Amino acid sequence: MPRRLWEHPILEFERGAEAEFLFEGKRIRAYEGESVAAALVASGVTTLAWSCKRSRPRGFFCGIGKCSSCLMTVDGIPNVRTCITPVRSGMVVERQRPLGELPTDAQASQEVEELDVDLFIVGAGPAGLSAAIEASKLGAKVAIADENFRPGGQLIKQTHKFFGSRANYAGVRGIEIARILLRELQSLEAEWLTRATVVSDYVGSKHTLLVDSPGRAWLVRADSVIVATGAMENMLPFPNNDLPGVMGAGGLQTLMHVFGVVPGERALIVGAGNVGLILAYQLLQAGVDVKAVVEIMPKIGGYAVHAAKIRRMGVPILLRHTVKRAIGARRVEAAEIVRVDENFRPIEGTEEQLDVDMLILAVGLTPSTEIPLQAGAQWDYVPELGGPVPIHDQLLRTTVDGMFVAGDASGIEEATTAMLEGRIAGAKAASELGLKPDKADKVIEEAERQLDEFRSGPFSEKVLKGKRKVWEVAREVIG
Amino acid sequence: MSAEPGVIPEDLLQRMLPPDEKAEGRTVAVIECHEEIPCDTCRWICPVGAVIKPTIIAPPAVDWDKCTGCGTCVLACPGLAIFMVKLDGENAEVSVPYEFLPIPQKGQVVWALDRTGRKVAKAEVLRVVTSKDKTSMVTVRVPRDLAHVVRAVLPPGRD
Repeated sequence: MPRRLWEHPILEFERGAEAEFLFEGKRIRAYEGESVAAALVASGVTTLAWSCKRSRPRGFFCGIGKCSSCLMTVDGIPNVRTCITPVRSGMVVERQRPLGELPTDAQASQEVEELDVDLFIVGAGPAGLSAAIEASKLGAKVAIADENFRPGGQLIKQTHKFFGSRANYAGVRGIEIARILLRELQSLEAEWLTRATVVSDYVGSKHTLLVDSPGRAWLVRADSVIVATGAMENMLPFPNNDLPGVMGAGGLQTLMHVFGVVPGERALIVGAGNVGLILAYQLLQAGVDVKAVVEIMPKIGGYAVHAAKIRRMGVPILLRHTVKRAIGARRVEAAEIVRVDENFRPIEGTEEQLDVDMLILAVGLTPSTEIPLQAGAQWDYVPELGGPVPIHDQLLRTTVDGMFVAGDASGIEEATTAMLEGRIAGAKAASELGLKPDKADKVIEEAERQLDEFRSGPFSEKVLKGKRKVWEVAREVIG
Repeated sequence: MSAEPGVIPEDLLQRMLPPDEKAEGRTVAVIECHEEIPCDTCRWICPVGAVIKPTIIAPPAVDWDKCTGCGTCVLACPGLAIFMVKLDGENAEVSVPYEFLPIPQKGQVVWALDRTGRKVAKAEVLRVVTSKDKTSMVTVRVPRDLAHVVRAVLPPGRD
């Protein structure tokens, strides 16, 4: 059964006023500040949509507007991402069977507001916020857009304390780092666009971006653009991987930590990287019974200290194991795990069934690179960085004039390096506009030093290998 | 490579534990962090400079002569990998980081857990300190032979 958290060892949930909306004729009680999808999950709705061809039930998966599992019709508008749509009293929400229909009396478009800035930043997570802060401090006129109604990217659900050096918020929880960055940017004169989706970037002598928001649209002209769009959670192929109850690790963190909604009681986690290990600990904090963390590799991918935290609370970590299938008619009722051989093939007869209602995937991320690719940036598939990434140099410049990329969108790494990359990109963008180049160089130099330091250990070898491949191409094509 | 994933291998562990005479009658830190991860919170948070960590990547070591057992590092370590141990005749005091609910109360008897979550003893809670950022340090009394075995306590009511 789903439940709302009222007490938590780390978090305090500040819920808004009670709100009520209609879901297929049924009244749903919710709180202002919650997403529609979170409110539905809290009310026991597990099927948010159906697949187009086979009408298979689809449930909450990513929680940040990147997958399409929660597309619903809201107040007559089809294909609304309900996970990034805030609850409003009196709204009418319906599932689509299977596709939504455009209302015949729909107005083509709202008025388009024009906005001229030096630097436009896409994404208000750790990379985007850091970039906006540095560029604003150097005197650039900055606007920052985010799809979500709550800025801060994934920091707002990171309850654990960060590693790193004192200069990089070591020992501070991600949720607190988000507050620090947001407070700092709010004290500067940047323009905020919330619930704002960047649809396209047309590059001429300047960047012209079309930005869409419910009831509003912007046409943004900018000298430079920093793409800090983050990443999307990976899916894993296995039978019934689309059943409601199969969720991305980040999606579940969003539900639990941003909205205080725990959608189940017993969990299996697939993947023992830092994300899977940290999530297991967070589930224990929320009172969930974590049956196991399975890892297909012969060793843990994440830090031993994160593994130790869950082992001493009794959670088994099963190496050379993977999920074979999810079991259930309309939602996850159990999961079958299996041992694998040295070629990662399931060993017959080693199957084991676990009594779980949540099957959580922590199997990596893929960079969100739609905007640079649409704008014509050169890219390459770099497995060490999580997939397709725009070619970029160490100053985060892409092959498109005036376009930078930072954070997970430039290759999957983590939040500390995202903040440092953001600072470099923000400072470089400002200095290219002729704003305080000497001061910008100092910011870049210091951020690069910290980045080198942070990446100096064995856990960064893989990322560095990927980055070096990209930098090498960049030397030829960017100079 | 540990046989038990997530449990520190015995040979590495032995190098991290203080010799008995350093912990006899006085509380000292035990840092169970052996990987080269980019973090040096324990080094700069220590008020007496008792954590030796030449680079951000180097695994930490404790100078047990300098360590005063204040517990600052236990509350600060982002990996929750630092514990406090005091040997006291037949008994020992073990302090563990704790981030669950409910927070045990002084005088309460809780289950002490080993590195795999096995219940190894019923232990009396001697002290609880909670930091501003909501990490607690729970100190329990255990038999001396469990000084380097107990590394967690079960949240009351979860057994």
